[in-house]
Amino acid sequence: MKTFGKIVLTAAAVAVAATFGLTTAAAAEFPEKAINYIIAFKPGGESDVTARFQQPFFKKKFGKDLVISYKDGGGGAVAWAQLNTIAGDGYTIMGTNLPHMVIQPLQKDVGYTTDGIVNVYMFHYTPDAIVVTDKSPYKTLKDLIDFAKKNPGKVTFSGSAKGSSNHLAQVTFDRLAGIKTAYVAFAGTAPSSTALLGEQVVASWGYTTVPPAYPGTRMLAVAMEKRHPNFPNVPTFKELGFDMVSGAYRGIAVPKTTPEDIRKKLAKMIDDINHEPAFIKQMEDNGFAMLNAPYGPELDKFMAKAKKDITTSAKEAGMIK
Amino acid sequence: MQGIDYVLEAISLYHISIALAGVIAGTVIGALPGLTATMAIAVLVPITFSMKPASALILMGAVYTGAIYGGAYSAILLKTPGTPSAIATTFDGYPMAKRGDGDLAVTLACTSSVFGGLVGALFLLLLAPPLAQIALAFGPVEYFWLAIFGLSLISALSEGHMLKGLIGGCFGMLLTTIGVAEVSADIRYTFGSHTLIGGIEPVSALIGLYCVPVMIDLVATPARHLQVSTGGRGFRLREALSLNWRHKFSLLRSSVIGTIVGILPGAGGSIAGLVAYSEARRSSRRNEYFGTGEPEGVMASESANNATVGGGFIPTLVLGIPGTPPDAVILGALLVQGIRTGPKLFVGDESSIVYIFIAGLFVATLLMLPTGLLIGRYAYRFIISVPKAVLVPTVAFMTIIGTYAIRNNMSDVVIMIVLGAIGWVLDRYGFKPSPIVLGLILSRIAEQGFVQGWIIGTARGNAAAEFFNRPISLGIIIFIGVSMFYPLIARRWRLNKDLQNDSET
Repeated sequence: MKTFGKIVLTAAAVAVAATFGLTTAAAAEFPEKAINYIIAFKPGGESDVTARFQQPFFKKKFGKDLVISYKDGGGGAVAWAQLNTIAGDGYTIMGTNLPHMVIQPLQKDVGYTTDGIVNVYMFHYTPDAIVVTDKSPYKTLKDLIDFAKKNPGKVTFSGSAKGSSNHLAQVTFDRLAGIKTAYVAFAGTAPSSTALLGEQVVASWGYTTVPPAYPGTRMLAVAMEKRHPNFPNVPTFKELGFDMVSGAYRGIAVPKTTPEDIRKKLAKMIDDINHEPAFIKQMEDNGFAMLNAPYGPELDKFMAKAKKDITTSAKEAGMIK
Repeated sequence: MQGIDYVLEAISLYHISIALAGVIAGTVIGALPGLTATMAIAVLVPITFSMKPASALILMGAVYTGAIYGGAYSAILLKTPGTPSAIATTFDGYPMAKRGDGDLAVTLACTSSVFGGLVGALFLLLLAPPLAQIALAFGPVEYFWLAIFGLSLISALSEGHMLKGLIGGCFGMLLTTIGVAEVSADIRYTFGSHTLIGGIEPVSALIGLYCVPVMIDLVATPARHLQVSTGGRGFRLREALSLNWRHKFSLLRSSVIGTIVGILPGAGGSIAGLVAYSEARRSSRRNEYFGTGEPEGVMASESANNATVGGGFIPTLVLGIPGTPPDAVILGALLVQGIRTGPKLFVGDESSIVYIFIAGLFVATLLMLPTGLLIGRYAYRFIISVPKAVLVPTVAFMTIIGTYAIRNNMSDVVIMIVLGAIGWVLDRYGFKPSPIVLGLILSRIAEQGFVQGWIIGTARGNAAAEFFNRPISLGIIIFIGVSMFYPLIARRWRLNKDLQNDSET
């Protein structure tokens, strides 16, 4: 009987402790400690820079640190393949990128699937743009198209990697404009823009982030719905009669075991930063374009469309079968 | 008079203390294989948010320059480059340490690094805007030939075992093709394994191929790790400086090579060290002693890799194009601070930032002399006095931590150990690690340059002309020819001389 009593007592104690523990956990505001933010690429790239922009605002708004670390490899695939093996307590989040996350799983078994990744927010994108140097003889998009039509295959575009947003944009634009150009893939936007500045190529399929970062470059058109606030004089492809809106989209994902309420809380926090005027200004001054797709139907709708568009252009570009 | 203001600002107590802290931290981090300058700076970024831009730059510059120097310790004492920049330091540094001159090698690495660092910083101060144009003049084809030039060093490194050297080089090149190709996005040779998707990270391969065989040999043989010199010989600073003075032209040439290679965004410290080493060896009268512990080899590699620090800042600050991977992180930190790089940074209102920073870089480089000598002395004492039973597990533990830290990935550790075992076996059959490492590091650059050059050349109507008709390319091709055939020519000369001597007697 003695032992039984002990068991009952222990059980009661455990139950009380558990209830108490639960209530305190629920009462304490998430986050209680620093959040790990894993970037699937090398430090210094755009995924890193935008995370660095978020970092001070996060600390200011939520009082806890956002600790950035890097797990690069396989064009992001290494990190994304490991995301769902991490504990889903909300204290580990990971940067995600489109079109990579749609194309890679369609190419081969890379250890993750597009739908298996739980994004909680897509917070910005870098719209595709045709970039030339200040000295370039092509003043408008029409100049460049005219030249390309007269010289099929002669126009070279540098761009960041194959199967990237730049590459898909080149393929789509060639079709829309009825031209044939050569795409020269570089290992990122920095070497691609360096090749442009060094006049190794005629033009570059870059992003709206290129002119602020590389003095001596200008854009002929941007792949956005409306003109970029930082470049009111650069037309959109749409205005010029080419229906294309595309770019490299970046978001934040959590391990799939992360509870529903934490997912929503994280989405709300990122949303808060995304509506901070100082943050928006910093992003737009550097050529990024804001995007607000929080967890829930908005994100689902966004992802469904992105997946469809990217798959179509990736097939056209010969990246997937 | 403004110049003096900048210098005064740079030598304020605050700036000297952050430069000192940065150099010390950098040196220690650089000495640990796997912990690179890039990582060290990335960790520092949030700290710099609360600093003034010039101070932030001084701190990051100090860590950077310290880390590049620190890589020499493990290269000399453990035959394992602490950072890729120190690959060429292993060639002669480790043989020097083996025969009991490790203290001299460490001191020589310090004085040479300081010299190279100062030369790089001087170029940054005086000629940054015009020199930045070099970064633009180098197109894909030039990078292709530069990588081939680096590979041609295999010929010099494997004199007498040419075939094995070439096989090793090819093995290294094949290893790089594994994983998601950086440019074409193809997934190659992963054989369905998720471990291999990230490919073989060059730094982890470097640790495996160099360090693991050294560890195995340490355990397998009863001999001491390094010969111990008798008696306290202090820092051997006088000896090192007189060697520096004797080879002053070689030292200067290596520093200039380092600066220029640093300016090239696609190259970096490892190539700078290799090219400078190759040139020093070619032009030295004692070239047959290179690879067996020739001090000039350590000087060439170490002065060149520290010159890349100043050199790398040239395109970073003038064009916004990061000259080296750590520069990319520094550029990102500047963006958060709201600093735009560009030619205007050197003349506009914000130019004080640049000039205070350059003055700070000089200070940090000079601080490397006392701190480097002291830390080097400590590292040397530790390695020679610690018993093997402690040394081996300690180093093994550090290599695992270091390899993991590169990309926070356990797969890299597995790959490191497997490659190390393969490297040990290959070494027993006469396949040295250096040609394999050269293949690994350089084939990525060669492949990208070749594919890009080919596409651009085809679009221009003549791919061959693209590769052979550009002035810089032609210049590099000539150097490749000289570097590749020099060992053959040199041997012919020596034979002739011997024959003459024989006939005279």
